[in-house]
Amino acid sequence: MTVTADFVDSSTPATETTRRGALNDDGTLLSVRDLAVTFGVRGQKEVRAVDEVSFDIRPGEHIGLVGESGSGKSVTSLAIMGLLPKRGVRTSGEVRYNDENILGWPPRKMSGIRGRDIAMVFQDPMTSLNPVVPIGIQITEVLRRHFELSKKDASARAGDLLVRVGIPDPKRRLGEYPHQLSGGMRQRMLIAIALACEPRLLIADEPTTALDVTIQAQILELLKELVADTGAALLMITHDLGVVAGLCDKVNVMYSGRIVESATRRVLFGNPRHPYTGGLLESVPRLDSPRGAPLKPIPGSPTNVLPWTRGCAFAPRCGNAVERCATDPPELRPDGDRELRCHNPLSADQRTEAVTP
Amino acid sequence: MTAQSPETSESPETPDPKTDDALVSVRGLKVHFPIRGGAFLSRTTGYVYAVDGVDLEIKRGTTLGLVGESGCGKSTLGRAILRLVPVTEGSVWVDGVDVATLKGEDLRRERQNMQMVFQDPLASLNPRQSIETILTEPLREHGIEYNRETRVRELLEKVGLPASAARKYPHEFSGGQRQRIGIARAIAMEPAFVIADEPVSALDVSIQAQVLNLLEELQDDLGLTYLVIAHDLAVVRHVSDEVAVMYLGGIVEHADSDELYNEPMHPYTKALMSAVPVPDPVVEETRERILLTGDLPSPANPPNGCRFHTRCPFRQETRCDTERPELRELRAGHRVACHWAEEIEAGKITAREVTAADAALSFEPQVQVQES
Repeated sequence: MTVTADFVDSSTPATETTRRGALNDDGTLLSVRDLAVTFGVRGQKEVRAVDEVSFDIRPGEHIGLVGESGSGKSVTSLAIMGLLPKRGVRTSGEVRYNDENILGWPPRKMSGIRGRDIAMVFQDPMTSLNPVVPIGIQITEVLRRHFELSKKDASARAGDLLVRVGIPDPKRRLGEYPHQLSGGMRQRMLIAIALACEPRLLIADEPTTALDVTIQAQILELLKELVADTGAALLMITHDLGVVAGLCDKVNVMYSGRIVESATRRVLFGNPRHPYTGGLLESVPRLDSPRGAPLKPIPGSPTNVLPWTRGCAFAPRCGNAVERCATDPPELRPDGDRELRCHNPLSADQRTEAVTP
Repeated sequence: MTAQSPETSESPETPDPKTDDALVSVRGLKVHFPIRGGAFLSRTTGYVYAVDGVDLEIKRGTTLGLVGESGCGKSTLGRAILRLVPVTEGSVWVDGVDVATLKGEDLRRERQNMQMVFQDPLASLNPRQSIETILTEPLREHGIEYNRETRVRELLEKVGLPASAARKYPHEFSGGQRQRIGIARAIAMEPAFVIADEPVSALDVSIQAQVLNLLEELQDDLGLTYLVIAHDLAVVRHVSDEVAVMYLGGIVEHADSDELYNEPMHPYTKALMSAVPVPDPVVEETRERILLTGDLPSPANPPNGCRFHTRCPFRQETRCDTERPELRELRAGHRVACHWAEEIEAGKITAREVTAADAALSFEPQVQVQES
């Protein structure tokens, strides 16, 4: 079963950004097909962290991957980047880029793409910057690796980049160490490093989770602007539905390693059909909802799952569960304007209940 | 020994517990942490002004929400109210007792009445104690008689856990369940006042609502008074009757929860509200967002005058950088610490608009008002 982006907004530029490299045959920039990642520890049962994950990213498009901790969203991004550990991990499926399957490429080959064509911003800016290396070197490193610039040219470009991400006085900042910067500044640095080579795809893994709201707003605005300027596509991984609502063209909701609902954001937020999506939207307190409206929590916890091989993983927590859910694993099927993995989706009146705040 | 503040102020008046409906009343509270330097770290070279002059009141049986960015001093304020950090100056009246001046045994006894729920439920539970021991330890510590058979079961039932949980250990529970245990421990003493410091921020989104609802139920059942400290405005709005917004050691706005969210008057509150993403694409596309530039200044060297003036989009030439604004009551129950709140409200002063390029190049505080 695959998710094709045939219901993508027609407004997204699907023809541009052939400036570097080719697209896949079907016009996608990156296409993930039936990705599965299994972690094995000797003497213990294997854990299938990601399974049957398929989605497409077209040039310039913003795709969201939403889920709670343990849903496999970060593992998906690491698999795409080829950053999973070599031992104890089995991957299968395809990640098509330039009409080649880059999944499982040897590290040497992968490093030609990584940082240059596909770049990544991580969640915690303190642990992803090297604390004993000045920031300037960390930015010029990627430029010199991919463009063979001289030291002087590279640091001039690094200075420009810092200005672009909104860091004043770049000359001084380039000589500083990560601990001398605030959290927001460090995240800006990471974005500068990620965008240094003008990648075609930027993967942002919870880029604002460690930041305060006012700084989060700055960073999201900056990401939006820079991605629009460079024409890069964006894969946004987050647990925050609010972040996705303002940013992404299409949203994939993950639960326990599989995509359970996938639609354009207006469709998804206006009309959630999977009980998990609906439950998430109802359980999050909203700033604009009237006070005192009781929250409807999803019962149980994300560890309380059924293996997908036996039935629907969400069934033990689902208010809509029918008998079939525990015995028959649902498939991801097209359902009108979306793709849905559910035997008994939310009905129309349940949905209106869900959307009225 | 508490650190001596470089500043002094008059002693605050004493509230009368009989007529006052406030359970908790904080007057002119200051918490300054000394910065030690020099060869033997014995010389004080400066102070971190973590909490710098806070007045608060929490009415009996209600919830006050305290919001602010990290580093604004909200957690320090909460800990100072419980005397978990030394108070530099000011008074904290909890149920008619000035906690700030208590010492030794008196303070220990007073702590029965005020409890805390911590942010990280795993770090705040002893991994080597069973749940039963965790829940009964405070009772034993304070020498309170309890029925061994029923008390633990009662507590677990109140927070929605099965009785079988008593014999288990913290690692056997999920995050949400652990937070329930933390809450059970807090209410074991039957306190009047509970401080919840970021009670849900370490939990998964789908679990947060469960814990928030539990806090609300317990308030109805036991008549608790809460101080909920959080950085998430949506969470605070949901649980609080009144909300206080904190910036760099001081309260900048304090009002009824609905009033504050409908009509924020302080520029910082306005910016904070507009920064929170709402899970609704329609709302996201139409609303106006006030972007603040820059970061929170260091509390060791706070700006003169209004603490917010370095980032304020409404900053004026006069007063803002010289005179620290008082918390003034502009409407019934709505207090704002801004010199120009009325003018901003009347639309006489508007936010400055700057292009993104300017914002990136300059140190000056700017704002970018944009409509998408």
